[in-house]
Amino acid sequence: MALVGESVRTVTREEVARSITGSKRHIGGMLFVAGTVVALMGTLVVLFVLIAQLITQAWPVITGRGVGFLTDGLSSRPSTIGVWPGLYGSFAIGIIVLIVAIPLGVAAAVYLEEYAPPTKVTRFIVINIRNLAGVPAVIYGVLGLTIFVGWLEPVTSGRTILAAGLAVAVLVLPIVIITSTEAIRAVPGGLREAGYGVGATKWEVVRDHVLPYAAPGILTGIVLSLARALGEAAPLILVGAITGLLPETSLNGPFTALPMLVYSWSGRPSAGTEVDWANVAAAAGLTLVVLVLLFNAAAIVMRNHFERKRNGL
Amino acid sequence: MNLIDLSGDKRRLRRDARMQVALRTAALVSVVISALILFVLVRGAVDFLTKIDLGQLVDSGWYPRRDRFGLSTIVVGSVIVGGIAMLVAVPFGLGTAVYLAEYAPSRVRSVVKPVIEVLAGIPSVVVGYFALRFIAPEVVGRLFDPTQPRNMLVAGIGIGILVVPIMAAVSEDALRAVPASLREASYGVGARRSTTVIRVVLPAAVSGIVAATIIAASRAIGETMVATMAGGLDGSGPFSASPLEPGLTMTAAMTNAAGGSDQVQAGAPFLVLFFTGLLLFMVTMGLNIVGDRFVRRVREKY
Repeated sequence: MALVGESVRTVTREEVARSITGSKRHIGGMLFVAGTVVALMGTLVVLFVLIAQLITQAWPVITGRGVGFLTDGLSSRPSTIGVWPGLYGSFAIGIIVLIVAIPLGVAAAVYLEEYAPPTKVTRFIVINIRNLAGVPAVIYGVLGLTIFVGWLEPVTSGRTILAAGLAVAVLVLPIVIITSTEAIRAVPGGLREAGYGVGATKWEVVRDHVLPYAAPGILTGIVLSLARALGEAAPLILVGAITGLLPETSLNGPFTALPMLVYSWSGRPSAGTEVDWANVAAAAGLTLVVLVLLFNAAAIVMRNHFERKRNGL
Repeated sequence: MNLIDLSGDKRRLRRDARMQVALRTAALVSVVISALILFVLVRGAVDFLTKIDLGQLVDSGWYPRRDRFGLSTIVVGSVIVGGIAMLVAVPFGLGTAVYLAEYAPSRVRSVVKPVIEVLAGIPSVVVGYFALRFIAPEVVGRLFDPTQPRNMLVAGIGIGILVVPIMAAVSEDALRAVPASLREASYGVGARRSTTVIRVVLPAAVSGIVAATIIAASRAIGETMVATMAGGLDGSGPFSASPLEPGLTMTAAMTNAAGGSDQVQAGAPFLVLFFTGLLLFMVTMGLNIVGDRFVRRVREKY
């Protein structure tokens, strides 16, 4: 009895080996992989071109002005203008965010993770915070304009850095809450139980055990939200940051911030001078990018440092 | 010795109770903020609607100073700019995510991932500058023949660049959530790697990819600075459905309405800020809620 009939083609050993191990090309699959690589390279190239554009455009300012560009005030000519009022404004906004959003955000996270009963109300608060994180920045500007500039005028004296800082603080609050919640969730339950076991109250457990353990994660979240606060421009436009001449750097008068300067200078028509608006806009943008990246890098370094310390390395 | 003695120091207990109240208050602040956002927007929008005839909303063109508020102008503007942004963000973001999750050797990944995070950290004004000074003259200006250097295509590409990292991050999470057993089963029946990715992994991760697209779309519609800087119109303009024409998004209309608000804070040209804000708020909120539902579906599945 023949196992292989006439109808079945006899296959040689070589043919089988080739079909299993051979380099039979699969065009569709290769194109697919190539597509993903192109997408990745494209993304990286865009980032590279963006940074290169910023640096080449900013170069005349960096070489010509140096530190002067950072310490000089605003001016009507791009050749003498500096970003000092912007740095001052951004710094003040950062401080206000630190004072307002951080304690409030961390406290809310502690409540949600440690105290809140698993009720519908708690669930509502959590969902609400997630939704707040997705609200466009410009909406926080509208909120700031109405509440901090309008209703709270006796406190903020209108369109000031205080109103802008509060608007940005509200904007980053959900981010602070979400990152802190994650950090607190990662604290092992045993730490809490050990605290309760020796008779500590809930607050004592939180203060002495949970918060110190979660501190690196919370700190990372804080730095990231500061980076975000630094780069936001939309709420500042709505609250009324000044883009023109600004004589002073004050807490209760007209103000500006670094992203506002980038916004304003980018759109100005050429002044025909050697160092043009495009150059100072790029230099201000580069300053902003460097600051934001420094903050992000600090967050990463801090995270790694604390993790290593905790693991006893 | 009784229960009172065991219950501990009164001062410590009172302090504990006080802290609980304080912490709960902090958590409730976020609810108050949401309520205030809604209140401010709705009140302003109602004020706006009582100041104008509803007919002014179906006008063609957006000229707040002349009391013409053609909603179609800014809605279509937002849809076109957002659509272009998604045309940029979905292929680049998803492709990057597939490469990083399925193909990249861990050494490549450990280098590329932080670089993508750098892109995510670039402030939107800087991307706006880039759109204005590079994409407009060097890309759109060369490839197409726009009537104006600043137009909706430039703004859309800029916003697309901004949302690529979000698209990539959320999709990569979705791809990584697909259990390895599915891939192994596919390899087990002799499928190629690319076949496995296309026929097994991507379909399994489809909810997450949809979620990523929706969340990215929400960001694209809500993105303000690039639309304001590169859209080409300073607060008013005719209706246009061509990407190569200058256009106005809802967000750009808002910054412009507020920008000229030094004079009157009660007229319709200013109050339209709240109406547009409410519209934007509802659109992005709707997208976020739908996107969130898809994200949760991924979590429940695996």
